[in-house]
Amino acid sequence: MEIIKTAGLTKEYPSGLFQKGPRALDQLDLAVSAGEVFGFLGPNGAGKTTTIKILVGLMRQTSGTAQLFGQDGNNTEARSKIGFLAESSHFYEYLTASEILGFYGNLFSLSKSLIKERTITLLKQVGLESSGHLQLRKFSKGMLQRIGIAQALINDPELVILDEPMSGLDPIGRKEMRELILSLKTEGKTIFFSSHIMHDVEMICDRVGILAQGKLLAVGKIDEITQGKETLEESFIRIVQGEQVI
Amino acid sequence: MKWRAVAINTFREARRDKIFYNLLIFALILIGGSMLLATLTLGEQSKIIMDFGLASINFFGILIAIFLGVSLVSKEIQKRTLYTVLSKPIGRTEFLLGKYAGLLLTLLINTAIMTIGLYLTLMLNQFSWGLPVTDVEPHLLNAVFMIYLELCLITAVALLFSTFTTTTLSAIFTLSIYVIGHISSDLVALGEKLPAKSTAFLLKAIYYILPNLSNFDIKGQVVHKVAIEPIYFLLTGTYAVVYITLLIATATFIFNKRDF
Repeated sequence: MEIIKTAGLTKEYPSGLFQKGPRALDQLDLAVSAGEVFGFLGPNGAGKTTTIKILVGLMRQTSGTAQLFGQDGNNTEARSKIGFLAESSHFYEYLTASEILGFYGNLFSLSKSLIKERTITLLKQVGLESSGHLQLRKFSKGMLQRIGIAQALINDPELVILDEPMSGLDPIGRKEMRELILSLKTEGKTIFFSSHIMHDVEMICDRVGILAQGKLLAVGKIDEITQGKETLEESFIRIVQGEQVI
Repeated sequence: MKWRAVAINTFREARRDKIFYNLLIFALILIGGSMLLATLTLGEQSKIIMDFGLASINFFGILIAIFLGVSLVSKEIQKRTLYTVLSKPIGRTEFLLGKYAGLLLTLLINTAIMTIGLYLTLMLNQFSWGLPVTDVEPHLLNAVFMIYLELCLITAVALLFSTFTTTTLSAIFTLSIYVIGHISSDLVALGEKLPAKSTAFLLKAIYYILPNLSNFDIKGQVVHKVAIEPIYFLLTGTYAVVYITLLIATATFIFNKRDF
């Protein structure tokens, strides 16, 4: 079953009041199946964040379709099954870790008892069980990234979308994030994440897609991309610089 | 009822904001301090306190409505907190209504605290002159009600600007509308005396398009015990509701069209 499906997805940012600007996304066709860990790769400005924003309903495409669970990303029902962590996301710093999970839980209409139960479980899962009463303004960047993951899982989502989850994390933080993504995979969740860090992607992804200048240049299993002869990073550079389509 | 979660969160944000407390405490000091000012007059002490107190409730209410109102949405965009919220299963209209309701709740509590402060000051004044403390003006609440209606309208103006421009520009625009809204009827009178008909037409257009905020100012009548017909409250209330509905509908339309 395809959890994410885009067809001819195109996004043009307006450059003037009535003028169309450059294409951030150009006829993107992408499909991610249930239970996959899918790495979405691309250089800066490739269109990764734009794709993710369209999928979660923060942005509207110029043309084409973007579906989650067979429904448009603007559909609130589709969004009830996903967890999302934005790139360098910020949270209400006046709230405590427990309060912020409670707030997001309420947006999913979860019961009070379930929110309480999930809050305890998630704070433990991300290693913040002793910081639940602390306001987020007192959190370090690593702690904020962890609470970001916790909020993305408050509704026990079927699909987790992470935009640059490893960005700004130290090696230990990245290792923990990898382990967390793999543990989510063993729970049967589908994970779609964007990243620059090839080493991490190589270790945890079932399939990857390489995007440059809004076009999907390659998609497939890592072995298929590397052709068994080079590292993923070497393949990535070769594909992006040569714009070779696989 | 997801808007309720947003409203409670907005209220909680205001409650944990030091500026809110500073303004509230300053307002209460001013209301209490009006007793000193009242000693300068003879026999009109309670009127001075009422006048000063209602003006303080109005002024500080407007300050809070503008300062918190203009950042309702723009701060969420600037600080990127909006990304996470809107990725959840909540519609944009519901989110916007929740933000508005949260600030109205904040303003209601703020106005209630200042009104209690005003009544306590009046009772203390009565006590200091050996008069019965319960003999205070109940009609003050009419003026407070109208002030609150005005705050609801100004918050809706601030919310509208907040959906498409920066916090600073929203504050400037909202403040301008507040000032023009209070002098628009004077502008029409001025226009009628000017030779250029186009100027008169322009001023009349401003009068009809912008909110006529002087309708909500009944402080003078209340302090001087001038009777106000109940129909006036009904008409002004209806005017406020219709105007607010139009503002919120426009804000929703713009907010729903935006990319983040």
